[in-house]
Amino acid sequence: MAKMSGAQILLECLRQEGVEFIFGYPGGAVLPIYDALYDYQDIKHILVRHEQGAAHMADGYARATGKVGVCLATSGPGATNLITGIATAQMDSIPIIALTGQVRTTYIGKDAFQETDAIGISMPITKHNFLLRRTEDIPRVIAEAFYIARSGRPGPVLVDIPLDVSLGKIEWDPSQYNRNVDIPSYRPTYKGHEMQIRKAAQAIKEAKRPVLYVGGGAVQSGAQAEVTELSERTNILVTTTLMGKGAIDENHPNCLGMLGMHGTAYANHAVHNCDLLIAVGARFDDRVTGKLDQFAKYAKVIHIDIDPAEIGKVVHCDIPIVGDVKTVLRELLKYVEPRPATEWNRQIMEWKKRFPLIYPKDGQMHAEYVIDEIWRVTEGNAIVTTGVGQHQMWAAQYYKVKRPRQFITSGGLGTMGFGMPAAIGVQLAFPNEKVVCIDGDGSFQMTVQELMTAVVYELPIVVAIINNRSLGMVRQWQELFWSERYSEVDLQASPDFVKLAEAYGAIGMRVTKAEDVEPALREALSQKHKPVIIDFVVPTEENVYPMIPSGQSIEQMMLRKDLEQLRATVDTDGEEWSFADQDAILKQFVEQPSRQ
Amino acid sequence: MAGMNGNGREHQHTITALVQNHPGVLARVAGLFARRGFNIESLAVSVTENPEVSRMTIVARGDDRVIEQITKQLNKLIEVIRVVDYIEHAAVERELALIKVNAEPKDRSEILQLAEVFRGRVIDVGEKTFLIELTGGPDKIDAFARLMAPYGIREMARTGVIAMARGTKTA
Ligand SMILES: Cc1ncc(C[n+]2csc(CCOP(=O)(O)OP(=O)(O)O)c2C)c(N)n1
Ligand SMILES: [Mg+2]
Repeated sequence: MAKMSGAQILLECLRQEGVEFIFGYPGGAVLPIYDALYDYQDIKHILVRHEQGAAHMADGYARATGKVGVCLATSGPGATNLITGIATAQMDSIPIIALTGQVRTTYIGKDAFQETDAIGISMPITKHNFLLRRTEDIPRVIAEAFYIARSGRPGPVLVDIPLDVSLGKIEWDPSQYNRNVDIPSYRPTYKGHEMQIRKAAQAIKEAKRPVLYVGGGAVQSGAQAEVTELSERTNILVTTTLMGKGAIDENHPNCLGMLGMHGTAYANHAVHNCDLLIAVGARFDDRVTGKLDQFAKYAKVIHIDIDPAEIGKVVHCDIPIVGDVKTVLRELLKYVEPRPATEWNRQIMEWKKRFPLIYPKDGQMHAEYVIDEIWRVTEGNAIVTTGVGQHQMWAAQYYKVKRPRQFITSGGLGTMGFGMPAAIGVQLAFPNEKVVCIDGDGSFQMTVQELMTAVVYELPIVVAIINNRSLGMVRQWQELFWSERYSEVDLQASPDFVKLAEAYGAIGMRVTKAEDVEPALREALSQKHKPVIIDFVVPTEENVYPMIPSGQSIEQMMLRKDLEQLRATVDTDGEEWSFADQDAILKQFVEQPSRQ
Repeated sequence: MAGMNGNGREHQHTITALVQNHPGVLARVAGLFARRGFNIESLAVSVTENPEVSRMTIVARGDDRVIEQITKQLNKLIEVIRVVDYIEHAAVERELALIKVNAEPKDRSEILQLAEVFRGRVIDVGEKTFLIELTGGPDKIDAFARLMAPYGIREMARTGVIAMARGTKTA
């Protein structure tokens, strides 16, 4: 048996875990690992420009592939720079491994150079973390770390590696690596309880006004076929959360789009009035529920989730089912009987007709128009990543995806700057897919340095900056809820994004007119080796609608102002609303789905 | 739909968690309680008959939903092996207290008598003080402390409750 260093053993373990990429940045405490990487062929290291980028890339890679993403940073500032990225992954239950260097075990606790307590700092934002103390522990800890990250409810795991542990040499043979981990204190439940599943089937049978509310858990467990079948067999319509986008093909007639603060009015009306809410891998986030005592207040709740702690955390649950979404739905489908479309379906469809998702058809280059065009030009096939803000919500509303893992966004943490690095991780995983980052001018600038990474690795990502020269979402809140006191949301002072792109060696374009959107997109998407930044200069003073203000209920739902005004002119006092009137109004808008 | 922010009636619960005896596991548990805003009244930790396993006994207040969240969130920690919520009477609860009380010559025999009633032991006699050791349920210790208060308690240390089910049942 050969003597191997801790660093070599680490890489060997990663290889056996199927790791293709390490997103990382070197430094003193990880020098042994970088030395081992120097002539290691089986794993490609991607040199980022800031460790936050590395974490988001690993995260984007994980979201797009379902595999575990890996990032690597040195001790101290390297580790702290990862934190935002790790927290982002934690909030959305994304499996990544963060490897951090640490000072020698003998220096720990002595305020050594570049020492930070990575374990303590990351404890609240990881699923679990490990401090390696001995070189011989590396294989077991790495196997456990991957197992914990990907199993049960996935999540980030940090492994802190002191310098002497990666330097140390021991006798070890790669054939000794054992991926079959068993942690007696950690045994996730995958199979749902049969009695509960039968009860759920019975509740579905008895329900008059059921709705499926589907979240990221369905995406993670790969349950698109099961969600779709359940919906088709029972004619129960489906609304998804931001993280659940793609859990059913959004072009499917049974899909109501997103619910919640910026969800479609019809999805929110359906949830508000339902008598059975079937929550599938969703966690009742406050951006979904708004005012809790009003949320689905007439409904019995079935809650399917792999994490028992989610059940009953926020809302009362009548029929809890702990288990993997796909496994549970498969079982459930054995008991669920076909159900015809009912008056309830007709009612929801009427809401859909009455409160469509629309933007003005006035020849102006609205953000929604740009996103709609991206959708059309990519034929709904691109893998989309986003920043955080208005553009993210518009992307969620207007970019209808066909499958899970196609819409990649920071939901729980809402991390500006997530989009571009995530797109890099996605593009590396899928070199032949079109990857489009729909970004904000603010968000883009938070991790702009990763443009260099995209250039160096010749990744043809397209970054569509929805440039409203503003921190638009904050501006929207200030307009609506803070008396139009626009405090520190102006981003007029920004770099010339075209020149910036060129300075990095990427392609830069600027689009200011609606008719130029399509040709620019086509040109950008034809690139094979270069990232493209498109600066879409859109109006500043636009808001995302519908909107249910924070902590409120559907009664406070705000629609587009222009639509409300138009309605007021047509909607004569006391008279019934007629669809003929509505059609006249809608001629002035583009309705999503715009061109099916 | 009703929210779950603990608007039911509050009770005191004694929860035992068996955890892997790893460095940092106490920080994980304490951090969890702090982060999620759970109130701990006491926390006692020590190893068990198995040196790889530690036993944490936590006394926490909350309504049923809060207590349910506490046990679920504890269970979610990778190093937590098992969590038991001892509902009333199913378990024996004990605490050890050391109480240093002023003991002027005129009060000494009275204090000794009281200590005896409570099966406390005087383990140190100073010029002006007794150091009394007492075990029992928290109520008993509270009661004894109340009786000592008039003499003047200089210092008191309590271990926090530890608990165990009666009979053959184990955690
Ligand atoms: C790192 C970070 N800082 C601050 C915020 C708060 N925030 C939410 S949206 C937003 C504005 C985003 O601006 P931009 O990226 O230009 O998107 P827009 O809303 O204009 O489309 C801000 C500042 C955040 N989500 N993330
Ligand atoms: Mg903006």
